[in-house]
Amino acid sequence: MITPTHYMLLSAALFMIGVVGVMVRRNIIIIFMSIELILNAVNINLVAFSSQLHHVVGQVFAVFVIAVAAAEAAVGLGIILAFYRNKETVNIDEMNLMRW
Amino acid sequence: MGEAIAFYTLAAFILGFAVLVVSTKDTVHSVLFLVLDFLFVAALYVLLAAPFLAVIQVLVYAGGIVVLYLFVVMLVNLKRPPEAHQAPQRRSKLGLGLSVAVLLELVAIGGIGVYETVRPVTAAVPAPPMPVSGNTEQVGWLLYTSYLIPFEIASMLLLVAMIGAIVLAKREL
Repeated sequence: MITPTHYMLLSAALFMIGVVGVMVRRNIIIIFMSIELILNAVNINLVAFSSQLHHVVGQVFAVFVIAVAAAEAAVGLGIILAFYRNKETVNIDEMNLMRW
Repeated sequence: MGEAIAFYTLAAFILGFAVLVVSTKDTVHSVLFLVLDFLFVAALYVLLAAPFLAVIQVLVYAGGIVVLYLFVVMLVNLKRPPEAHQAPQRRSKLGLGLSVAVLLELVAIGGIGVYETVRPVTAAVPAPPMPVSGNTEQVGWLLYTSYLIPFEIASMLLLVAMIGAIVLAKREL
Protein backbone atom coordinates (compact mmCIF):
# COMPACT_ATOMS: atom_id res chain seq x y z
CA MET A 1 0.00 0.00 0.00
CA ILE A 2 1.56 3.27 -1.12
CA THR A 3 0.54 6.09 1.21
CA PRO A 4 1.22 9.83 0.83
CA THR A 5 4.02 9.31 3.34
CA HIS A 6 5.93 7.30 0.74
CA TYR A 7 5.59 10.12 -1.75
CA MET A 8 6.67 12.64 0.88
CA LEU A 9 9.76 10.55 1.65
CA LEU A 10 10.64 10.36 -2.06
CA SER A 11 10.07 14.10 -2.30
CA ALA A 12 12.25 14.77 0.77
CA ALA A 13 15.06 12.62 -0.60
CA LEU A 14 14.95 14.37 -4.00
CA PHE A 15 14.85 17.74 -2.23
CA MET A 16 17.92 16.90 -0.15
CA ILE A 17 19.82 15.68 -3.22
CA GLY A 18 19.11 19.07 -4.75
CA VAL A 19 20.27 20.86 -1.60
CA VAL A 20 23.48 18.79 -1.57
CA GLY A 21 24.03 19.85 -5.19
CA VAL A 22 23.59 23.51 -4.29
CA MET A 23 25.87 23.19 -1.26
CA VAL A 24 28.68 21.10 -2.68
CA ARG A 25 29.10 21.87 -6.39
CA ARG A 26 30.89 24.97 -7.66
CA ASN A 27 29.68 24.91 -11.26
CA ILE A 28 26.77 27.35 -11.36
CA ILE A 29 25.02 25.45 -14.18
CA ILE A 30 24.92 22.33 -11.98
CA ILE A 31 23.61 24.47 -9.13
CA PHE A 32 20.74 25.69 -11.32
CA MET A 33 19.97 22.08 -12.28
CA SER A 34 19.88 21.19 -8.57
CA ILE A 35 17.31 23.96 -8.07
CA GLU A 36 15.21 22.34 -10.79
CA LEU A 37 15.43 19.06 -8.87
CA ILE A 38 14.21 20.86 -5.73
CA LEU A 39 11.23 22.32 -7.61
CA ASN A 40 10.42 18.84 -8.96
CA ALA A 41 10.41 17.48 -5.41
CA VAL A 42 7.85 20.13 -4.47
CA ASN A 43 5.74 19.19 -7.49
CA ILE A 44 5.75 15.50 -6.51
CA ASN A 45 4.35 16.48 -3.11
CA LEU A 46 1.63 18.64 -4.63
CA VAL A 47 0.52 15.99 -7.12
CA ALA A 48 0.62 13.20 -4.53
CA PHE A 49 -1.78 15.06 -2.24
CA SER A 50 -3.92 16.12 -5.19
CA SER A 51 -4.28 12.46 -6.06
CA GLN A 52 -4.97 11.50 -2.46
CA LEU A 53 -7.69 14.12 -1.97
CA HIS A 54 -9.25 13.48 -5.39
CA HIS A 55 -9.10 17.16 -6.26
CA VAL A 56 -7.00 18.69 -9.02
CA VAL A 57 -6.13 21.96 -7.27
CA GLY A 58 -2.70 20.57 -6.37
CA GLN A 59 -2.03 19.99 -10.04
CA VAL A 60 -3.00 23.60 -10.79
CA PHE A 61 -0.37 24.75 -8.30
CA ALA A 62 2.15 22.35 -9.85
CA VAL A 63 1.50 24.09 -13.20
CA PHE A 64 2.28 27.43 -11.53
CA VAL A 65 5.50 25.97 -10.06
CA ILE A 66 6.51 24.81 -13.55
CA ALA A 67 5.85 28.31 -14.94
CA VAL A 68 8.00 29.89 -12.22
CA ALA A 69 10.73 27.29 -12.86
CA ALA A 70 10.73 28.16 -16.56
CA ALA A 71 11.03 31.88 -15.78
CA GLU A 72 13.80 31.20 -13.27
CA ALA A 73 15.74 29.06 -15.74
CA ALA A 74 15.52 31.72 -18.47
CA VAL A 75 16.68 34.59 -16.25
CA GLY A 76 19.28 32.48 -14.45
CA LEU A 77 20.87 31.23 -17.65
CA GLY A 78 20.88 34.81 -18.97
CA ILE A 79 22.80 35.83 -15.85
CA ILE A 80 25.23 32.93 -16.37
CA LEU A 81 25.90 34.03 -19.96
CA ALA A 82 26.39 37.67 -18.94
CA PHE A 83 28.74 36.62 -16.14
CA TYR A 84 30.69 34.27 -18.39
CA ARG A 85 31.23 37.06 -20.93
CA ASN A 86 32.79 39.24 -18.25
CA LYS A 87 34.86 36.74 -16.25
CA GLU A 88 35.34 33.68 -18.51
CA THR A 89 34.30 31.30 -15.75
CA VAL A 90 31.23 29.65 -14.22
CA ASN A 91 32.85 28.98 -10.85
CA ILE A 92 30.72 30.50 -8.10
CA ASP A 93 33.76 30.94 -5.86
CA GLU A 94 34.84 33.69 -8.26
CA MET A 95 31.43 35.41 -8.11
CA ASN A 96 32.35 37.64 -5.20
CA LEU A 97 31.83 41.11 -6.64
CA MET A 98 28.97 41.93 -4.27
CA ARG A 99 30.21 39.88 -1.33
CA TRP A 100 30.24 41.65 1.97
CA MET B 1 0.84 -4.57 -5.40
CA GLY B 2 1.36 -3.36 -8.95
CA GLU B 3 1.26 0.22 -7.72
CA ALA B 4 3.93 -0.57 -5.13
CA ILE B 5 6.24 -2.13 -7.72
CA ALA B 6 5.77 0.81 -10.08
CA PHE B 7 6.33 3.33 -7.28
CA TYR B 8 9.53 1.74 -5.98
CA THR B 9 10.96 1.29 -9.49
CA LEU B 10 10.23 4.90 -10.43
CA ALA B 11 11.52 6.19 -7.08
CA ALA B 12 14.77 4.25 -7.51
CA PHE B 13 15.27 5.66 -11.01
CA ILE B 14 14.38 9.23 -9.96
CA LEU B 15 16.75 9.24 -6.99
CA GLY B 16 19.51 7.43 -8.88
CA PHE B 17 19.46 9.87 -11.79
CA ALA B 18 19.23 12.82 -9.38
CA VAL B 19 22.41 11.62 -7.66
CA LEU B 20 24.07 11.28 -11.06
CA VAL B 21 22.99 14.84 -12.02
CA VAL B 22 24.61 16.21 -8.89
CA SER B 23 27.75 14.06 -8.91
CA THR B 24 28.80 13.78 -12.59
CA LYS B 25 31.94 15.69 -13.54
CA ASP B 26 30.94 16.40 -17.16
CA THR B 27 28.26 19.10 -17.34
CA VAL B 28 26.77 17.77 -20.61
CA HIS B 29 26.28 14.33 -19.05
CA SER B 30 24.68 16.02 -16.07
CA VAL B 31 22.12 17.73 -18.35
CA LEU B 32 21.33 14.43 -20.08
CA PHE B 33 20.77 12.70 -16.73
CA LEU B 34 18.47 15.60 -15.84
CA VAL B 35 16.32 14.78 -18.92
CA LEU B 36 16.00 11.16 -17.81
CA ASP B 37 15.13 12.26 -14.28
CA PHE B 38 12.36 14.55 -15.57
CA LEU B 39 10.96 11.75 -17.74
CA PHE B 40 10.75 9.40 -14.77
CA VAL B 41 9.05 12.13 -12.72
CA ALA B 42 6.53 12.41 -15.59
CA ALA B 43 5.94 8.66 -15.33
CA LEU B 44 5.32 9.13 -11.60
CA TYR B 45 2.67 11.75 -12.46
CA VAL B 46 0.95 9.20 -14.69
CA LEU B 47 0.98 6.78 -11.75
CA LEU B 48 -0.63 9.52 -9.63
CA ALA B 49 -3.47 9.95 -12.17
CA ALA B 50 -2.25 13.35 -13.43
CA PRO B 51 -1.77 12.79 -17.17
CA PHE B 52 -2.03 16.49 -18.07
CA LEU B 53 0.82 17.39 -15.74
CA ALA B 54 2.87 14.45 -17.06
CA VAL B 55 2.58 15.83 -20.60
CA ILE B 56 3.42 19.36 -19.37
CA GLN B 57 6.44 17.94 -17.55
CA VAL B 58 7.72 16.28 -20.71
CA LEU B 59 7.02 19.30 -22.93
CA VAL B 60 8.19 22.13 -20.66
CA TYR B 61 10.88 20.50 -18.53
CA ALA B 62 12.36 17.74 -20.66
CA GLY B 63 11.70 19.58 -23.91
CA GLY B 64 12.11 23.27 -23.14
CA ILE B 65 14.12 23.99 -20.02
CA VAL B 66 16.68 21.26 -20.62
CA VAL B 67 17.31 22.44 -24.18
CA LEU B 68 17.96 25.89 -22.69
CA TYR B 69 20.49 24.33 -20.29
CA LEU B 70 22.15 22.42 -23.13
CA PHE B 71 22.49 25.62 -25.18
CA VAL B 72 24.14 27.41 -22.26
CA VAL B 73 26.49 24.48 -21.59
CA MET B 74 27.51 24.50 -25.25
CA LEU B 75 27.89 28.31 -25.35
CA VAL B 76 29.97 28.42 -22.19
CA ASN B 77 33.27 26.95 -23.30
CA LEU B 78 34.85 25.65 -20.11
CA LYS B 79 38.59 25.99 -20.48
CA ARG B 80 38.98 25.93 -16.71
CA PRO B 81 36.63 23.39 -15.11
CA PRO B 82 35.15 24.96 -11.97
CA GLU B 83 35.71 21.93 -9.77
CA ALA B 84 39.45 21.80 -10.49
CA HIS B 85 40.58 24.42 -8.02
CA GLN B 86 38.86 24.78 -4.71
CA ALA B 87 38.65 27.97 -2.74
CA PRO B 88 40.20 27.31 0.67
CA GLN B 89 37.42 28.97 2.64
CA ARG B 90 34.74 26.75 1.07
CA ARG B 91 33.49 23.96 3.31
CA SER B 92 31.88 21.44 0.97
CA LYS B 93 32.20 18.57 3.43
CA LEU B 94 30.32 20.56 6.07
CA GLY B 95 27.48 21.31 3.61
CA LEU B 96 27.28 17.64 2.60
CA GLY B 97 27.25 16.50 6.22
CA LEU B 98 24.52 18.94 7.24
CA SER B 99 22.34 17.98 4.24
CA VAL B 100 22.68 14.27 5.01
CA ALA B 101 21.81 14.97 8.65
CA VAL B 102 18.61 16.79 7.65
CA LEU B 103 17.73 13.96 5.23
CA LEU B 104 18.17 11.34 7.97
CA GLU B 105 16.00 13.43 10.26
CA LEU B 106 13.24 13.63 7.63
CA VAL B 107 13.49 9.88 6.94
CA ALA B 108 13.25 9.15 10.67
CA ILE B 109 10.11 11.29 10.98
CA GLY B 110 8.60 9.77 7.84
CA GLY B 111 9.57 6.25 8.88
CA ILE B 112 7.56 6.64 12.07
CA GLY B 113 4.64 7.81 9.92
CA VAL B 114 4.87 4.76 7.64
CA TYR B 115 4.77 2.21 10.45
CA GLU B 116 2.04 3.89 12.46
CA THR B 117 -1.56 3.06 11.76
CA VAL B 118 -2.36 4.55 8.39
CA ARG B 119 -4.96 7.25 8.69
CA PRO B 120 -6.51 8.20 5.39
CA VAL B 121 -5.81 11.80 4.44
CA THR B 122 -8.95 13.82 4.06
CA ALA B 123 -9.49 17.44 3.13
CA ALA B 124 -10.37 19.81 5.95
CA VAL B 125 -12.92 21.46 3.69
CA PRO B 126 -14.60 19.11 1.23
CA ALA B 127 -13.85 20.08 -2.34
CA PRO B 128 -16.77 21.59 -4.23
CA PRO B 129 -17.95 19.38 -7.08
CA MET B 130 -16.77 20.45 -10.51
CA PRO B 131 -19.01 20.71 -13.54
CA VAL B 132 -16.55 18.93 -15.80
CA SER B 133 -14.97 15.49 -15.71
CA GLY B 134 -11.58 14.38 -16.93
CA ASN B 135 -8.19 15.46 -15.62
CA THR B 136 -7.27 18.03 -18.26
CA GLU B 137 -10.75 19.55 -18.27
CA GLN B 138 -10.73 19.92 -14.50
CA VAL B 139 -7.28 21.56 -14.44
CA GLY B 140 -8.32 23.95 -17.19
CA TRP B 141 -11.62 24.73 -15.50
CA LEU B 142 -9.88 25.60 -12.23
CA LEU B 143 -7.22 27.66 -14.04
CA TYR B 144 -9.83 29.78 -15.80
CA THR B 145 -12.26 30.22 -12.90
CA SER B 146 -10.89 30.13 -9.34
CA TYR B 147 -7.25 30.74 -10.30
CA LEU B 148 -7.70 33.24 -13.11
CA ILE B 149 -5.76 36.05 -11.38
CA PRO B 150 -2.75 33.82 -10.51
CA PHE B 151 -2.86 32.52 -14.08
CA GLU B 152 -2.62 36.04 -15.48
CA ILE B 153 0.15 36.91 -13.02
CA ALA B 154 2.07 33.80 -14.12
CA SER B 155 1.74 34.83 -17.76
CA MET B 156 3.00 38.33 -16.86
CA LEU B 157 5.91 36.75 -14.96
CA LEU B 158 6.84 34.71 -18.03
CA LEU B 159 6.71 37.82 -20.22
CA VAL B 160 8.93 39.77 -17.83
CA ALA B 161 11.34 36.82 -17.56
CA MET B 162 11.54 36.61 -21.36
CA ILE B 163 12.35 40.31 -21.68
CA GLY B 164 14.84 40.05 -18.81
CA ALA B 165 16.60 37.06 -20.36
CA ILE B 166 16.93 38.89 -23.69
CA VAL B 167 18.31 42.02 -21.99
CA LEU B 168 20.77 39.98 -19.92
CA ALA B 169 22.03 37.77 -22.72
CA LYS B 170 22.34 40.47 -25.40
CA ARG B 171 25.81 41.98 -25.71
CA GLU B 172 24.64 45.56 -26.03
CA LEU B 173 21.19 46.93 -26.63
